[in-house]
Amino acid sequence: MAGSATPNMRDRPRGLSTLVFRAALVAVLLGAIVGPLAGLVLWSVAERWHWPAMLPQQIGLKYWIRITQGDLLTALNRSVTIATVTTVAALVAAIPVSYGAARARLPLGPVLLMLFLLPQAFPQLPVFASATVLFYRWNLAGTFAGVVLIHMVGGLVYTVWTMTAVFRAIGEDVEEAAINLGASVTRTFFRISLPLAFPGVVASAILVFIYSLDEFTGTLLVGAPYVTTLPVYMYTASLGYELQIASVTALVLMVPGVLLLVLLERFLRAEYLAFFGRL
Amino acid sequence: MDVRVEGLIKRYGQVTALDGVSQTFPAGALTAVVGPSGCGKTTLLRCLAGFATPDRGQVWMGDRNVTHLPPQSRGAAMVFQSYALWPHMTVFENLAFALRLRKVPRRDIERRVRETLELVELDRVPDIERRRPRQLSGGQQQRVALARAIVVRPQVLLLDEPLSNLDAKIRHRVRVEIRALQRRTGITAIYVTHDQEEAMSIADMVVVMEGGRTAQAGRPEEVYAHPKSPFVAEFLGSTNVLAAVVDLDGRILASPGGTLIVRAEDIQLMPSGDIPPPGSAWADGEVVDVLFLGAGYRAYVRIGDEVVMADHRTSLPRGPVRMAILREKLFTFDRATPQSNR
Repeated sequence: MAGSATPNMRDRPRGLSTLVFRAALVAVLLGAIVGPLAGLVLWSVAERWHWPAMLPQQIGLKYWIRITQGDLLTALNRSVTIATVTTVAALVAAIPVSYGAARARLPLGPVLLMLFLLPQAFPQLPVFASATVLFYRWNLAGTFAGVVLIHMVGGLVYTVWTMTAVFRAIGEDVEEAAINLGASVTRTFFRISLPLAFPGVVASAILVFIYSLDEFTGTLLVGAPYVTTLPVYMYTASLGYELQIASVTALVLMVPGVLLLVLLERFLRAEYLAFFGRL
Repeated sequence: MDVRVEGLIKRYGQVTALDGVSQTFPAGALTAVVGPSGCGKTTLLRCLAGFATPDRGQVWMGDRNVTHLPPQSRGAAMVFQSYALWPHMTVFENLAFALRLRKVPRRDIERRVRETLELVELDRVPDIERRRPRQLSGGQQQRVALARAIVVRPQVLLLDEPLSNLDAKIRHRVRVEIRALQRRTGITAIYVTHDQEEAMSIADMVVVMEGGRTAQAGRPEEVYAHPKSPFVAEFLGSTNVLAAVVDLDGRILASPGGTLIVRAEDIQLMPSGDIPPPGSAWADGEVVDVLFLGAGYRAYVRIGDEVVMADHRTSLPRGPVRMAILREKLFTFDRATPQSNR
């Protein structure tokens, strides 16, 4: 009988070695995940912590209070603004390209898709560095627009590829049904295709938003010293050995990321990601 | 309104989907286009709907040449195999979509949606207008798809394998309903299916297609009784194809020179040694298997190297048997010229 097999397996006494192995595995995982986080939390409340003490000598919320007054909020505000603008711009740019590629109505569609993947295929630093040279020539260095543009280089990969997968998942027959009943191609797109793609739009928006919020290399190269986003702020703070400020910033930066990832889980379907890099 | 195609040719790369199809689909009739997959029936329908443009040939609807008209202005509504309902809209919105496009006044939209839902017998489903497609059964979705097409009162209705996603029982019921609906509305309907039984039971006229061409067209009874080619004979009904000829005594002899085609229901089985009825061709064989089909039995009879399906009212023991077929029920074709000799 098939039903009795499972309980038997479960009742089998576990070897001691298995138990030890599992405990060790859990400990390593906990250490890897909780360890750095605990360090961050500890540093963010450490008002005085001199080597070689295991724990800070003086604990307080001095640095947490400082962020409510200081330039950290300005940086956070700027980060969110840049991420929002980048997300909207990347979606607006990606949706027509993705739709065309998905319906194979775009000449050179596959080539275009690969082109958008290229910046991710190479190490980021040289890509950004060469972009920075161009941006200086075009007077975009140190500007808000420049940072948005450099974020779009990375962000478009997510939107273009996700949206292409999303549009491919929508059957052509639902569009044909609308056209058959007299709807124009434009109307069909806005009344049928785009509403059906909505979960995908949200999913790729979240991906780009998180990417933009956390982007550091490009922002530092193009934006510094005039455009300071939160990651750049964190970097400067830790350079000045203000590890407390850096820790507080990191914790603040984590909040939108975690919230959005939870949201993302609701909208992102496996098939959207499975399409990445496939033509 | 007659629908007519003339010399339709459509190629996809190396594949010729339509190889010169000329056919009239009479006004007010339900014409079934039937054939195995890849015979071009779906391409033909897409050319009628305007989703495919023929490489050569013309499409006429009444006295309008619509060959180069976009799908939007052809006045032919289509029912899709997948139903292609819009999942983000309610049933009401699905039906109202086309009416809103046509600037029908709001009050009239509500009335026409209600009437159309009555027509497809969905009006008794509670709260149907506010449901979404995925909250409906397959049969109900099929009816919504039909309703969405006829709510615009099209002159031509195109149906692409509309029942292939339903299970057998519902399929039979909806089939009868589609036929009744077509009769009541007098709409010119073109119905594509791979199921020959479905085609013959539903249609006023069947068009059998093979390899991008029309193999035969006519009333179902006529095409069934008088197939013009081995392909048509073989495609319609439960058919046996034998490489054989009939000699002067009426005896069926295996021979590579001829093709005999006979339907399972036209074979009479009798004890070997019995005298076959006058005017029959006959052969001796051996029952190798018997299947119970509900209404009767289907015997598998080995004759020489071939196994023949034969229907019988009662069950049969395995062993020697004689089979006889009335000459007029036997289609004989020469191997060289695949034309009926009768």
